[in-house]
Amino acid sequence: MSWTRKLTLAVCSAAFFAAVNAAQAETVLRVRPFGDLKQIDPVITSDYMVRNHGYMVYDTLFALDQDLNVKPQMVETFTVSDDKLTYRFVLRDKLAFHDGKAVTSADVVASLNRWMERDGLGQQLKAVTAQLDAADSKTVVLRLKQPWGLVLDALGKPSSNVPFIMPASIAATPANTAITDPMGSGPFIMKRDEWVPGSKVVYIKNPNYVPRADAASGLAGAKLAKVDRVEWRYIPDAQAAINALRAGEIDILEEVPPDFLPALKNDANIRTRPQDSLGMQMVFRMNTIQPPFDNPKIRQAIRYMIDQEAFARAFVNDPALYKDCPSFFMCSSPYFTDAGWVKPDIRKAKQLIAESGYDGTPVVILHATESGPTNTFSLVAAQLMREIGLKVEPQAMDWGTLVGRRASKEPVGKGGWSLFMSGPTGADMMDPAGHLGLRSNCDRAWFGWPCDEEIEKLRTAFSNEPDHAKKVEIAKRIQLRAVETVPYWPAAQLHLVRGVRTSVDGILNAAIPVYWNITKK
Amino acid sequence: MLGYVAVRLLSAIPVLGIVAVFVFFLLTMIPGDPAQVIAGDFASPEQVQQIRAALQLDRPLAERFVAWALRLASGDFGKSLFSGIPVAQLVGQRIEPTLMLATMTVCIAVAIAVPLGLVAAYKPGGWVARASMTVAVLGFSLPVFIVAYLLVYPFALGLRWFPVQGYVPLSQGLWACLHSLTLPALALSLLYIALIARVTRAAVLEVLREDYVRTAHAKGLAERRVLVRHVLRNAAVPVVTVVGIGFAALLGGVVVTETIFSIPGLGRLTADSILRRDYPVVQALILLFSTVYVVVNLGVDLIYAAIDPRIRY
Repeated sequence: MSWTRKLTLAVCSAAFFAAVNAAQAETVLRVRPFGDLKQIDPVITSDYMVRNHGYMVYDTLFALDQDLNVKPQMVETFTVSDDKLTYRFVLRDKLAFHDGKAVTSADVVASLNRWMERDGLGQQLKAVTAQLDAADSKTVVLRLKQPWGLVLDALGKPSSNVPFIMPASIAATPANTAITDPMGSGPFIMKRDEWVPGSKVVYIKNPNYVPRADAASGLAGAKLAKVDRVEWRYIPDAQAAINALRAGEIDILEEVPPDFLPALKNDANIRTRPQDSLGMQMVFRMNTIQPPFDNPKIRQAIRYMIDQEAFARAFVNDPALYKDCPSFFMCSSPYFTDAGWVKPDIRKAKQLIAESGYDGTPVVILHATESGPTNTFSLVAAQLMREIGLKVEPQAMDWGTLVGRRASKEPVGKGGWSLFMSGPTGADMMDPAGHLGLRSNCDRAWFGWPCDEEIEKLRTAFSNEPDHAKKVEIAKRIQLRAVETVPYWPAAQLHLVRGVRTSVDGILNAAIPVYWNITKK
Repeated sequence: MLGYVAVRLLSAIPVLGIVAVFVFFLLTMIPGDPAQVIAGDFASPEQVQQIRAALQLDRPLAERFVAWALRLASGDFGKSLFSGIPVAQLVGQRIEPTLMLATMTVCIAVAIAVPLGLVAAYKPGGWVARASMTVAVLGFSLPVFIVAYLLVYPFALGLRWFPVQGYVPLSQGLWACLHSLTLPALALSLLYIALIARVTRAAVLEVLREDYVRTAHAKGLAERRVLVRHVLRNAAVPVVTVVGIGFAALLGGVVVTETIFSIPGLGRLTADSILRRDYPVVQALILLFSTVYVVVNLGVDLIYAAIDPRIRY
């Protein structure tokens, strides 16, 4: 063989193997998530990053479709007895965990028991549960002490804490101790050996996953992993993340800061879309057990002070990305009502402060400076409170300090606090049962500890009521009462934005950002 | 010499012990609560308390200190309160990027700054001296994040010669690793170029006035030989000191550079762990940094002896 033939053969062989390698190359979806995955137990924490991780590796019995209807997910069929006391759930065939072992009803019972220890809605379910048992390997039976209208809503709860199903051996971990094994039966498997906290999380396609036959819709339907590998690359600097998206080093960028949106809109390779279908509600959370916000009249003045549009526009200028929503419930919630809502009126706010007997106690704002919307909203809140005659003492700090400080029930002079801003996702602000801000059960309520027996009675009535129309009516009564007691006040609804390269397709319109069904060219 | 090294290393033990005690109590004094961070924004106070109890953070301080000190004495740094990953493993993941970045930065800085300083001293008033002064002013006055973005826009976003961010581990090839670190190392090295060039220039200027340099010239030695063998070697002690301190500082973490270029190094691990109050990780990192300073200082002292025969231990 002459040297020219040898050379031609070598070149052809190299080209062939290169083509084969390219055909077999992994499809890798690179995502810059909005935060860092600090831990992996979706039950011990309400951290949204851990919830999103949960959707990668776990599956749920029920899930919300894109129209917010609860649909069976791991469940094939279910029945409810005529007296509404017994629920029988039959699991789908061939459900398997990442190690190939079958998902059984014993796993479901153990997972739900652990979840019911921690989650607010889960605790309500536990309180009305007489028995939760595995009838056989595929059938779970839930017996209630009394009819409870939120069983399916609870099992299909979309946001923290989500009732994810994990192996019984892992779910046996006490609910106050974090699990360290991320094994689930979801569409992706976490590569724990490649996890670098603060930098990278790697998921690969789960070969054992058996999707539903129905099409993907929101968080429900077929969860088809259409890429081989998903890498979450945490890039803390927003500018660096934007640059990485523009350079094609990442495919999706969660929570694009609003001031970067114009730059992305001019890039033909990038499009923007809402991060999730529901958005978030900004919460103006007051400490109701210490002066000055222990005075209901001052809290009522705050209602008139808050102009949602003014707050929102300080953060984002695009009207498509915020909403002035006159309700404690998200505007997209079936329980939305504007009953009793008050319109912003600074003069009225000043008048109420004057009538309140305000003694000049400073309003100590716990101001977390590193978080986008809460930083901006805290600044606006401080300025507006000064305008209505309150003495304001903003205290800049990092989020870690804030969460430590807000647990204090002391007066402001002894390290206590008066106000912090927060931004729960819309899925957590949809109905009275799961609504953290409206809970008014005193010491057991969220930080700020509002206390109102009537709201709690109405919330219980809402949970027990099976009829939707009556639930809507109860939600309205809760709102009317909360407008009076002011456990908190919504400061706007925001839509966060994802930047996505045009090579990526199939992103679902879901209440939570999820990464199945996505293809990459 | 070996005896000297042994004494220095032994004398570091009480230093590290004092640092350990100081760090433990300092961390307990800063506000914040890891249990609350673990529980998330929407956990109830009751749930936070349960986590605090599970992590034994509700135990008396003295009891926690004794438990921690006993573990430390047996070489166990504990586990991250968040990920549950052993601290030694977490720190191990981050050492390589930091070590590579520090080494590359120092190499670039020394390669540019020492000749620059030498020539600037040898020909004061020349264009090299003026360039050296300009670099020094820029290096001292431009914050590293500005330099970083000034490099990223043309070389990463424009010409696409380098990645915008990220770190390629050594296991994927030396070239790929160095390629990923080029821009961050250049951004960081500007300050060190300025510093080392200034120190080199000052030290060389001083040595150039020495009698033995005049003697070397009188003997008819070549200019280059005089500069390298007689001047530079005698001017090296302050330069080595600055390089050593710089190297230790770089190993201690360069949070801003690691953040802008998304390099998973020790600096970011330190900042993240402080922000989330991951006490075992912060304690281990500060002990590590203290050890680095002790070892680097010892190394610098040994280099003194190697380059200057008058120094003996």
